[in-house]
Amino acid sequence: MSDRNNAIEVVGLRKAYGDHEVIAGVDLAVAEGTVYALLGPNGAGKTTIVNILATLLTADDGALRVAGHDVRREPERVRAAIGVTGQFSAIDEKLTGRENLRLMADLAHLERTAVPAAVAAMLERFDLAAAADRQAQTYSGGMKRRLDLAMTLIARPRLIFLDEPTTGLDPRSRRELWAIVREQVADGVTVLLTTQYLDEADHLADRIGVLDGGRLVAEGTAAELKRRVPGGHVSIQFTDAARLAAAAAAHAGASADAEALTLQVPSDGSVAGLRRVLDALDDDGVAAVTVASADLDDVFLALTGRAAEAPAAEEAAA
Amino acid sequence: MSTAHAVRDAATMLRRNLLHIRRYPSLSIMLVAQPILFLLLFVYVFGGTLGAGLPGQGGLGGRDAYLVFITPGILIMTVASVALGTAIATATDMTTGIIARFRTMNIARVSVLTGHVLGAVIKTACSLAVVTAVVLLLGFRSDAGPLGWLGAAALLLLLAFALTWLTVGMGLAADSVETASNTPMFLVILPFVSSGFVPTDAMPWGVRQFADHQPFTPVIDSVRALVTGAPTGSELWLAIGWCLLIALLGWLWSRRLFLRVPAK
Repeated sequence: MSDRNNAIEVVGLRKAYGDHEVIAGVDLAVAEGTVYALLGPNGAGKTTIVNILATLLTADDGALRVAGHDVRREPERVRAAIGVTGQFSAIDEKLTGRENLRLMADLAHLERTAVPAAVAAMLERFDLAAAADRQAQTYSGGMKRRLDLAMTLIARPRLIFLDEPTTGLDPRSRRELWAIVREQVADGVTVLLTTQYLDEADHLADRIGVLDGGRLVAEGTAAELKRRVPGGHVSIQFTDAARLAAAAAAHAGASADAEALTLQVPSDGSVAGLRRVLDALDDDGVAAVTVASADLDDVFLALTGRAAEAPAAEEAAA
Repeated sequence: MSTAHAVRDAATMLRRNLLHIRRYPSLSIMLVAQPILFLLLFVYVFGGTLGAGLPGQGGLGGRDAYLVFITPGILIMTVASVALGTAIATATDMTTGIIARFRTMNIARVSVLTGHVLGAVIKTACSLAVVTAVVLLLGFRSDAGPLGWLGAAALLLLLAFALTWLTVGMGLAADSVETASNTPMFLVILPFVSSGFVPTDAMPWGVRQFADHQPFTPVIDSVRALVTGAPTGSELWLAIGWCLLIALLGWLWSRRLFLRVPAK
């Protein structure tokens, strides 16, 4: 943990509100220039960790270093090195996009003469030039999020915290935001990302920490985590509900989706196991069969005993 | 944090607040309308009778004398009214996400509040100019020279500075915007229990003790002396002392409220 090239080093982080322990001893190490994703459901403690590292909250216990500075003793130095984009919009809705960016450029103490050019460059890069002189309250959700991120990045922080940056965004806006994050990382910026979306962590992160109930229950690269769940699953789509129900009854560990008429049967990845599943099926009742290797959803389910949340069906996992 | 950065941060935050004021003039208009309404009410409804009761006029004071008498009280009410608006503006601002962003930035943190206070002082100056114009239109005439008016303006702006630090604190301490709009109401009521609207001699003993010694009275008496060309006595120093004390306490309180790291 004493690696000098770690942008974030956390040992034994604890935080409680009264008797309720929100963070129950978390260790983290994030290497410079990498993306680390904290993955977990609502209430797992992701935002609390970000707020503590961003000096917005105090920790009860733990050794915390961010950008080489002790968070408790040198909060100003930490603030000078970081940028934060939270899940709640941190823009001034009464100001225009241009005025918001100028506000941030001035507060970041950019050279005065360099401010207009920096603002114009950000507006251009974040596709906000056409809306630059409109008040931010008229922006769409995706535009607000882009402005929010542009306001964080105009100060050129070396380390950025992104707290659920794509929650509530449409798929296209999510992909645009991912592209911006990748650009930043290519420039050597370190990113600590929190998300409840497995595909987001899979797409962006070099390392993933799975957070549940204030504890890191697993940590590693996406590939390492997937290896912890051996086989993946076989997905079978049926032609009608009766056949789906019959097949579901025959496979004890399977999960059925009545609407999509599909059945997911856990598999150990072996040919013999696959053949056993296929042999039990009627030829004419099956519309399609897919064999999938483990994805992060399987990992999350295996580690926490609960399904992870999917972007399209958040209430399903609530 | 260098001084140059702190000054630049305060200037940046002031610019932000001036943009807010310019974009949403309705609150400012409402705040300046209130003292003007009171002025019209007191001069044209009560003024004939109240003016006749003013001492030293031999019962012949009337409406014009009363206009001169209550002008300082109305100016003070203007200052208090803008200060009340600042409590609301501060409380509203604290509910927005950008405040959390400011807290994660390496800036002079109190500059968020300084921006509110300086913006409010500028707003007060504009409101005072409007109210003074109305007072002159209604027929206010006095022997005061430019120095007297400048002195009155300076004292009123010092009061605005002091009251605004206090109301910024109230805005920060309030748990909701509604609370923030209620707690400073006493600032608008308090000028009535002073030498602003009737001479304190006419009040019962207990009320008079309060009216004679509350902070608004020396400010009102000093402004009255300055805008009527009368000599200012020790009242002026008392007025300045009260303003400085309120400003200091308001600043310390607001600063403590804003800088504390929230427990949750």
